[in-house]
Amino acid sequence: MTVNYMNEFRDRRVVLGFAERIKELVAGRTEPMTFMEVCGTHTMAIYQYGIRSLLPQGVQLISGPGCPVCVTPNGYIDRAIALCRLPDTIITTFGDMVRVPGSSSSLMEERARGADVRIVYSPLDAVALAEKNPDKKVIFLGVGFETTAPAIAGSIITASNGGVANYLVLASHKTIPFPMEVLSSDPELSIDGYICPAHVSAIIGADAYRTLAEKRGVPCVVTGFEPTDVMQGVEMLVRQVVEGRSSVEIQYGRVVKWEGNKKAQQVLAEVFSVCDTEWRGIGVIPGSGLRIADKYAAFDAEKMIAVNVEEPREHKGCQCGEVLKGKVSPFDCPLFAKACTPEAPVGACMVSSEGTCAAAYKYGR
Amino acid sequence: MCLGIPMQIKSIDGTDIVAEIDGVKRNASLMILDEEVQVGDYVIVHAGFAISKLDEKEALETLDLMRQAFPIEDI
Repeated sequence: MTVNYMNEFRDRRVVLGFAERIKELVAGRTEPMTFMEVCGTHTMAIYQYGIRSLLPQGVQLISGPGCPVCVTPNGYIDRAIALCRLPDTIITTFGDMVRVPGSSSSLMEERARGADVRIVYSPLDAVALAEKNPDKKVIFLGVGFETTAPAIAGSIITASNGGVANYLVLASHKTIPFPMEVLSSDPELSIDGYICPAHVSAIIGADAYRTLAEKRGVPCVVTGFEPTDVMQGVEMLVRQVVEGRSSVEIQYGRVVKWEGNKKAQQVLAEVFSVCDTEWRGIGVIPGSGLRIADKYAAFDAEKMIAVNVEEPREHKGCQCGEVLKGKVSPFDCPLFAKACTPEAPVGACMVSSEGTCAAAYKYGR
Repeated sequence: MCLGIPMQIKSIDGTDIVAEIDGVKRNASLMILDEEVQVGDYVIVHAGFAISKLDEKEALETLDLMRQAFPIEDI
């Protein structure tokens, strides 16, 4: 028998069944519980399927720093913009990045002024583009968490093996367990559990959350993206809290293993080195970034191409930073749906389709 | 950005595969996958790379458990 993976995990009756069970679990409790998701695809799924409306009052879901484009500070976008203004340069990127406002421009505005900025599906498409355009530099904007970083690493290895010397990456990859630890110890937040990311965990493995769950006492459930997955993940978290347990559990066992994907981990370790990196709203978190290792420096756009980058400025009134920490709901931002809309976004959280503000605008109003 | 699509492998040529979902075919790479796969298997495809093999047995078990917990007659 073949499972239709897109449909069978969306059964409304199963979703409602879990909702009923969660209600029973928390019946009679007065202490509310708050769970954070740290993956933009979860953010979108929770809004899209109306998950919050199915949960009892005492069970609250908040969104954390799960949108890679959103947590990327303006300085990175400003550098990408400076690079795209150079002659004989093609900027390649995933779609979300194009509309993100930097300090004074965006890649989309630059494209309207003549810059060559192209959206690709895979970094391998960018390598192929470089091969076809040997007289140009093709720069890929390497943004993303552990799901995406191995793909970028794979593209660098492919370019290296194939002698494609005009392919470069402006890398700003981030790893998610560190900000989870930072936020879990923030007294203003009191996070009772994490809905752990699905595909990041396919790479790093569920074991990566053991410190959080077993040492810091924050229950962690690795959860899939379909509505039945999310409801089951929340039910498992509620159950841990009610039973006074804190451990790592895998709801998304069809994809995620305890040890993760060893080969992808090796590829990451081969191409990248761990570094400190800045998260919008949170600041610099030691050891939470990946930079291109010295061995592959020839592919590092930041090292190989000197440009003048403007002094980064944040946008006045934008609450993205607080939204990314789960401290401010998009609805509490004075700009939300007024000065800041998906058509004319002020902050990154409204640009990326998986940004908390964009999801709240599309599904939550 | 971390969206990955479960796609079925239609053909394999070295580390290059063609995978399909709902009639849409995509090229993808097996370069960062640590599991053996064959034509017919499902993989999660992200940004042109297969990042994980979908464990059909686990998927069926999860569905079975859900169905037992919340009896459904017609799926």
